[in-house]
Amino acid sequence: MTGWLELFQRYLPEFIKGAGVTLELTAVGLAIGFVLGLALAVAKVYAPRWLKALAIAYIELFRGTPLLVQLFIIYYGLPSLGITLTQTLSAFLALGLNSAAYQAEYLRGAILSIGASQMTAGRAIGLSRWKTIWYIILPQALRLVIPAWSNEPISLLKTTAVVFLIAVQDLMAKAKRAAADTYDPVGSYLAVAVVYLVMVFVLNWGLKYLEKKTRIPGFEMESKKV
Amino acid sequence: MDLVKFLQYIASGTAYTIAVTLVALPSGLLLGMLFSILNVYGGKVSQRLTSLYSTVMRGIPPIVLLFILYFIVSGSINLSPFWAGSISLGIVSSAYQMEIVRGAILSVSSGQMMAARAIGMSKNQAIQHIILPQTLRLAIPPWSNEAAIVVKDSSLVYALGVPEILRRAQLISASTQEPFLAYAIAALIYFLLVFITNRLLDVLDRRLRIPANP
Amino acid sequence: MGKPILTIKKLTKKYGDNVIFHDIDLVVNEGDTIVIIGPSGTGKSTLLRCINLLTCADEGQIWLDDLEITAKGCDEDRVRQHIGMVFQNFLLFNHLTALDNVMMGLTRVKHMKPDEAKQKALRELERVGLSDRADHYPGQLSGGQQQRVAIARALAMDPRIMLFDEPTSALDPELIGEVLEVMRKLALEGMTMLVVTHEMGFAREVADRIVFLEKGSVVEEGSPDDLFYHPKHERTREFLWKITELYGKKEKEY
Repeated sequence: MTGWLELFQRYLPEFIKGAGVTLELTAVGLAIGFVLGLALAVAKVYAPRWLKALAIAYIELFRGTPLLVQLFIIYYGLPSLGITLTQTLSAFLALGLNSAAYQAEYLRGAILSIGASQMTAGRAIGLSRWKTIWYIILPQALRLVIPAWSNEPISLLKTTAVVFLIAVQDLMAKAKRAAADTYDPVGSYLAVAVVYLVMVFVLNWGLKYLEKKTRIPGFEMESKKV
Repeated sequence: MDLVKFLQYIASGTAYTIAVTLVALPSGLLLGMLFSILNVYGGKVSQRLTSLYSTVMRGIPPIVLLFILYFIVSGSINLSPFWAGSISLGIVSSAYQMEIVRGAILSVSSGQMMAARAIGMSKNQAIQHIILPQTLRLAIPPWSNEAAIVVKDSSLVYALGVPEILRRAQLISASTQEPFLAYAIAALIYFLLVFITNRLLDVLDRRLRIPANP
Repeated sequence: MGKPILTIKKLTKKYGDNVIFHDIDLVVNEGDTIVIIGPSGTGKSTLLRCINLLTCADEGQIWLDDLEITAKGCDEDRVRQHIGMVFQNFLLFNHLTALDNVMMGLTRVKHMKPDEAKQKALRELERVGLSDRADHYPGQLSGGQQQRVAIARALAMDPRIMLFDEPTSALDPELIGEVLEVMRKLALEGMTMLVVTHEMGFAREVADRIVFLEKGSVVEEGSPDDLFYHPKHERTREFLWKITELYGKKEKEY
């Protein structure tokens, strides 16, 4: 046990650096995923048929295949088509595109909850369809989606752990390094497991706080948190 | 380059992918069910321990757990990467399945337990004959989600060298210099597997649905 | 007027500082139909649940025949085989047909052979007039039908006494009659029954004795004639007047 604590202490600075990269990956992936996911959700609810079909195809594809495969296609596959990205950029892209598919479903649920009645109300005062979506429906939907959506940052944080397999220097990469140096793989990976747990804990706490702060009594969605 | 041989090589990894899933999912279900029953119906100690298990196992990325368990296991017993990886995935999944089953148990109304006790059933009999049959039906939709996740997470065992789909794609892309094609095919196969899994469970859900007049 | 099936002495239940009911004394003799009336929230349901040991009373004792069922070490599951309970919300097993609902206690608790159990279950369903719905699921039955299946399920266990916890309160008005009719028949057949209800017509016609419970204690107890025409307490008179006003129309129809 003391040997493990020693290992933990010795590598902590490196682990923290790695954790920083992990958080960066999570944030960028979340942001890309949000913007794209929102577009997909709106398309799936309001767009003409052909665009809706594209959105559905995208979502099915990205939710129906492993992130690791998506990552490899981007990092190893694209160069043979002429597009070469760095490890980090590939990771950002893969995480973002992947997260978008999941966020789209949360956002779509919230938009549908707001419902046609709000659309009717907006049109009734002369707003165009897209203006109603932008000024009336989305602001409410974004408020409503927070409890269900808060699953995503945590899920994404854990998902980023695979990108070390294309040599991105995140927390897992640091663990691999520590394992090689100390010949103690179990101890090293256990150590980063603890760091991940702490990150998840803090993130969870932050999201619950956000949830509480933004809650409007009586304005809640039947969220199905899995 | 022979496209057919190419396809066959990658597709032959499918057997491994399916095998990994078929070990991980049921073991996850057994453990998950056990823990969820302990959590809902056990005493305070059981409840605290199982809740802790759930929180910890769901707070760590699956690949971290995979590596930890693999190295622990290969250190002590002589398990192949296949078994080490599959069982690790099963343990990871068990925490999520515990939450799914637990949610389903809790949504079976408490009146059902009361009615079962009222005709003289013991708590265990009530759980076995009244609560669980209803729980398992309720759990199928979220469970089908988890099944799809396990199929996808099976790709993680490539890092342990198990010759499943992703690993094969990697090997053949190295030898033929066709990475895009290799990984795209791998993606397609995974997609089909996930699709079939979801459809099968949809059918199961419909089959087991309790008849009711709207 | 037979020997006592159920004897309750000084039964008390508290919830923290809240007293739900206190010092309840009650004797139910074989073949009696006792109806408990009183304002909502006076612990009438809780009292029934204490009797079939779904809840524990804090003080007092209950005897079923000669057995003290509140004694330590008493096998609650076995006791519940002899006390039938019908709930306000029916609580049929959702995943089973009507027949399977009735058979459940017979096969799993009494360990009857499946054929025997099926025959008995069909007889009980016949008794409540639902043998033609044996293969229907709860979701395919009306409220009144569900409650009648629930009664059959309880009867199948051949209980010493049947407890009814506001059996018609969750039913649409037009379905209440069919359930009360089954209960009336049961009473006439000599079943020992303890019924909590607001159905005054039923109480007047079928009860051997009526118990008025208010604020956790028995205010008055007597025959229907006594309570309705010569109530000893002002509160009794007030309550009955209010309640027959409320239910007046229906009561007259019944």
